[in-house]
Order: sequence, then C-alpha cells, then structure tokens
Amino acid sequence: MTTHYLVLSALLFSIGAVGVLVRRNAIVVFMCVELMLNACNLAFVTFARQHGNLDGQIIAFFVMVVAAAEVVVGLAIIVTIFRTRRSASVDDANLLKY
Amino acid sequence: MNEAVPSYLSPTGQEIVFLLLGAVAVGSALLVVTTKQLVHAALWLVVCFGALAGCYLVLTAEFVAWVQVLIYVGAIVALLLFGIMLTRAPIGRSDDLDSGNRVVAAIVAVATAAVLVTVVVDGFRTAYADLTPGRGSAEALGGSIFRNWVLPFEALSVLLLAALIGAIVLSRTDIRGR
Repeated sequence: MTTHYLVLSALLFSIGAVGVLVRRNAIVVFMCVELMLNACNLAFVTFARQHGNLDGQIIAFFVMVVAAAEVVVGLAIIVTIFRTRRSASVDDANLLKY
Repeated sequence: MNEAVPSYLSPTGQEIVFLLLGAVAVGSALLVVTTKQLVHAALWLVVCFGALAGCYLVLTAEFVAWVQVLIYVGAIVALLLFGIMLTRAPIGRSDDLDSGNRVVAAIVAVATAAVLVTVVVDGFRTAYADLTPGRGSAEALGGSIFRNWVLPFEALSVLLLAALIGAIVLSRTDIRGR
C-alpha cells in the first residue's frame, strides 16, 4: 500500500532527473525540477499518512510555497539571461565553465 | 504484521483508483520529458500535477490536494507558459530540444530509479497506511500550522516577500546595480 505510492514517487523523481539532464531549454528544465519536487511531496504525504500525523502534509505545503517562490525568481533570471544573450538554452549560458 | 498487507489479487477501490492515477502521472511525466513541443510539455505537466492531486485525495490529504491544484496547476504552469512566451521559444515542433548527453542521462535515470525502488520496496514492504477520511482537512492542517509550525510559516512569508522583491529587481531594466 505505502510501497506503491513510494514507488510512484521514485519513478516520477527519476523521470524529472532525466529531464533535467537531457533537456536544453531552461524552462523545460524548470518543469522537470517541479516534477522532482512533486515526487518528494508525494513521499512526504505518504509518510504523513503512514505515521498518522500531519507534519508531512505541512512540509509538503511548505515545499509548494517555496517552489512557487523559486519559479518566480528563476523565471526572472531566465528572462534576464534571454535579454542579454538572446537565448534560453542552458547550453549557451556557459560563462561559468573554464 | 503481514496479514495487514492486502493481496494483489483482490485490490480495493482505493488501489484501483491509485493505479489509474499513477499510470496517468507517469505517462504524462514521460511526455513532459520526451515531447518535441515546448507548450505541450507545459500542458502535459498540468495533467501530471492533476493526477498527483488525485493521488493526494486518495491519500486523504484534501488540503494539500487543493493547494496543489491552486498553486501548481493555477499559478506555476501559467508562469511557465508566460516564461515560454517571453523568451520567444519555438511554438511549433522543434527537434533540437534535447542535448547530446541522452545516453548518460538514461543510464543515470535508470540507476536512480533502480536504487530508489529497491530501497523503498525493501524498507517499506510491510508498511500499511490506514486510509480513513477526514484527517487532512484544512481545519486540521490550519490548527497544526498555527500551533506547532508558526515560526517556519512566518519565515516562509518573509521568503515570499524576498522572492517578490527579487523578481521585480531582476526583471526591471531601469534598476541597475552599482
């Protein structure tokens, strides 16, 4: 019972991870990060159910709020990068590489 | 402990609903990662988040489910679509969405999934959650937040304010750092 939810969470996390690794557009990378956060939320809610208290659900709620803040700042950064470099591809933003 | 684990041969209604929702979630998540159109990726993300909200409902976490619909489906996906438009991403089919490290990414993902699934199945094989409705209502969660989690809640509101100001400063062109 609990295992099914945790396996679903693990699968979604892996799919999100492969998306972060393989996608080139920064906004799709963002979507995949959201997917990984959602997988973690599912695990939190499942454990909250299993232990019979509400703390996991509250943490999941907090994760959602932090994810919203992260998306706002991240999109502002992506739009700023697009404005200066005319590209939203993560492969083009390589100034930090040697 | 073992007799609490239900048999796979006689699934309950909750398990059938969960399996359907889980299949929808995994399928749409795969489409987010593999589709050739950017806007479709955002729309498949809506399907995935909706299926996850259904999973939360099956887990009797009503408040989290509705917050998921409000914040993720309502706000975050809309913001992502705005981002797609603002960065003038290709709207139609485009074949250069994937970078060159597909094989490495596939290996990493399969390894991650294998490790996680093995650990989870091994660790929680006999764990069983008794799903009685009414434990995750807004009233119960609100009581717990304002009784036990007040300080993180206030810190979170300050974080939201900081994110708001940060986004405004980053996206306005007439504010420049010295």
